[in-house]
Amino acid sequence: MNKVEYPRIGESVYTEELENGLRLFVVPRPGFSKSYALFATRYGGADQRFCLDGEWKDSPAGVAHFLEHKMFDTPDGGNALALLSANGANPNAFTGSGMTAYYYSCTDGFFDNLRTLLNFVSVPYFTEESVAKEQGIIGQEISMGDDDADTALYYGLLGSLYERHPVRQEIAGTAESIAQITAQTLYDCHRAFYRPSNMVLCCVGDVDPQRVRDMAREILPPERGDAPRSDYGPAESLLPHRAGFERAMAVSAPQFLIGAKAAWPEKGEARLRVQLTARLALSYLVGESSPFFHRLYAGGLLRRDFSCELSAVADTATVIMGGESREPESVLNALRNEVSAVAEQGVDEQRLERCRRALYGGYLRSLANFSSVAVNLAECYFDGCDYYRLFEELGTITAAECAAFLRETLAEERLALSVVRPL
Amino acid sequence: MEVSRRELLPNVYLTAVETDKFKSGVLSATLLTQLERSSASPNALIPSVLRRGTATLPDMSALQERLDSLYGAGMEPSVRRKGEIQLLSFRSSFCDERFLPGHEELCAPLASLLGEMWLRPETRGGLLRPDYVESERDKLVERIDGRVNDKISYALSRLLEEMCCFEDFGVSPLGTRDSAENIYYVNLTRRYRDLLATSPVELFYCGAMDADKVASHLTEAFLPLPRGEIDPELGTDIRMNTVEAEPRFFEEAMDVAQGQLALGFRLGKCMEEPDYAVLRVLNALYGGSVTSKLFMNVREKLSLCYYASSMLDAHKGVMAAIAGIRFDDRQKAQDEMLRQLDELRQGRFTDEELHSAKAHIASSLRSVGDTPGGLEDFYLDQTLLGLDYGSDELAALVEDVSAGEVAKAAGDIALDAAYFLRGEEKA
Repeated sequence: MNKVEYPRIGESVYTEELENGLRLFVVPRPGFSKSYALFATRYGGADQRFCLDGEWKDSPAGVAHFLEHKMFDTPDGGNALALLSANGANPNAFTGSGMTAYYYSCTDGFFDNLRTLLNFVSVPYFTEESVAKEQGIIGQEISMGDDDADTALYYGLLGSLYERHPVRQEIAGTAESIAQITAQTLYDCHRAFYRPSNMVLCCVGDVDPQRVRDMAREILPPERGDAPRSDYGPAESLLPHRAGFERAMAVSAPQFLIGAKAAWPEKGEARLRVQLTARLALSYLVGESSPFFHRLYAGGLLRRDFSCELSAVADTATVIMGGESREPESVLNALRNEVSAVAEQGVDEQRLERCRRALYGGYLRSLANFSSVAVNLAECYFDGCDYYRLFEELGTITAAECAAFLRETLAEERLALSVVRPL
Repeated sequence: MEVSRRELLPNVYLTAVETDKFKSGVLSATLLTQLERSSASPNALIPSVLRRGTATLPDMSALQERLDSLYGAGMEPSVRRKGEIQLLSFRSSFCDERFLPGHEELCAPLASLLGEMWLRPETRGGLLRPDYVESERDKLVERIDGRVNDKISYALSRLLEEMCCFEDFGVSPLGTRDSAENIYYVNLTRRYRDLLATSPVELFYCGAMDADKVASHLTEAFLPLPRGEIDPELGTDIRMNTVEAEPRFFEEAMDVAQGQLALGFRLGKCMEEPDYAVLRVLNALYGGSVTSKLFMNVREKLSLCYYASSMLDAHKGVMAAIAGIRFDDRQKAQDEMLRQLDELRQGRFTDEELHSAKAHIASSLRSVGDTPGGLEDFYLDQTLLGLDYGSDELAALVEDVSAGEVAKAAGDIALDAAYFLRGEEKA
């Protein structure tokens, strides 16, 4: 395997693309007891309409997530979750808008567990009975989400920003949409999206990279099928589809999210640069050391739970910030003023340098988290960029780029506000 | 990995884990105090007020700018509870100098800042600043009110409040709204001074620096700490029996779509000489893992819920189980959750189930040494439980647990109270 060194941060990464199109990453962690593996497909809640072998197909909302639950059933009537757990591993899975991932951590038997992981994710097995039973469990999961203010806020915001793009719909689907799912739907979507050329395997730990490669070669299908193409609908303007969303729920105080669509380049290294520019610019504008945060915190309008990020999924990028506030509208106004000030005066270079240092330290510390290393590698791979390059790239982001990002992305007409108020 | 423990100053202990395997380190300082109804809120407020500013960095901007220039090091205030002890901490996670562009050493300045956070707050006329106290008090009240926003943890804390209404364990680590609302800067300053004088202090370090060097930085930083008489009663009172002969039931209605059923148990006689390895396995087998009785039966077999799990407070000898269910399934779910506990009492679990539970716990214990944060929490637990072995040794003990030991411990467990969060009756 190809070994890439990143000496300044003391990291190295083994990587290779197999003949069947699967991308492998192994990040060595000598001296650690724990190891971690993540097997992910570029397939999520937003991939409802897709082209496979020249034919366009539509599927109900919620299939990717439903499939994630059902993949753990194995043809011998067993359950891979139980099998991995019985072997001492800590397995789980998640489905996002643009990615589904299966993973485990363990301290013993890494390769036994890897064999199980590669097997169960690549071999589908569904019956009408097991699908019907899962409709009950996922129905409860969806209704748990109905009581969750964060879920309501998030989809309230995305539904305000996006007019058609499927990221605006709940990943788990609705009771109605999942009722349409059959075993055949699951087989079709598995065949389309779980081909190795659409997937990535990331391992972190004290494990032998060659053995990872050999095992992936041995277990996964050798054919290199074409990766499917998803249709997310016609391109949307960067303006919000509506100004905001509001709902009353059993919460103690108003919760809010402010968001804006960000310009998102085609797949490639440019995406990493936009991510870094966004994070640096946003931490400058509204981060914990910003005058904005300090003023609103001291004035009782923001709490320590306030956070801000660029969320990049399914070919969209969205700035999302929020938390709890007794006056979300005042926060929005203060943000507008802050953005205008940057638009007029640009950014303060000295303060930007401090933010850059803090961000560098944050990224460096996040390397301790195996799961975040694996997820970031996978996401960046699907976006066509190299995650580890960020430590070099971060130093080259200019003040002018940050100012332009803030001025354009957070322009007054581009912001939307989502609020959940107490009953 | 070298673990050492020493007393730096009277009742100020440092646990140091010396290792160069991480790219970041952790420093923390925790004050231990009794969790009590009257003082829980003021205690919980103190770290947040101190975090607003110190004598040399008098406001949040100045403090955060300093932390940013130390490569985004953290200085997080936190309030935790372990049994009936309230733990008030500042924790700093920071980059190892080997991986910084200028190889700047961060441990010494952060040790000094950690001492300053606790000992040299920004004051007015010798008192904590009124505006900081009021602003943080309002936020504390909001946080207490905000407990309701997460229905699962709300149901669990309401269960414990009701079940342990005569014990300190029933007090939330943030205290109550009433006591929080009555805090003023004068009484809070008094409480702050008492707390400094009477609390044992646990310092923790994990990183590549020599432990003696860290000890000397921290000794210097905490030298001004006033030391009075340490509370001799500090500890957790373990109640062996249920409060009443029959389990008590509590119910609350709220505008929710899903019900939360929480059951609270006393571990009973086995807490006389608790075997923590057995207790951990027992909890994993009951509801602490995805191969547990609760997960496999209440969720997988009967599809009664999306999640069902159990958790253990080994300090207090209390176990709780919780499931998110349809309102109509309440009785069915409760019966099934209790029936699964009975299965454990009767020893009706397979070798595979026991093996998975043990493997799950042993593996999570063996990973404790893989994160500085995990090590900090583990060693605090050990200190409070009066145990001196490391996580690998505990993992080995877990692997030796027998089916008979689990069934015997399960035999002592009794349901003390149940709490149900249900929807409102629609008129």
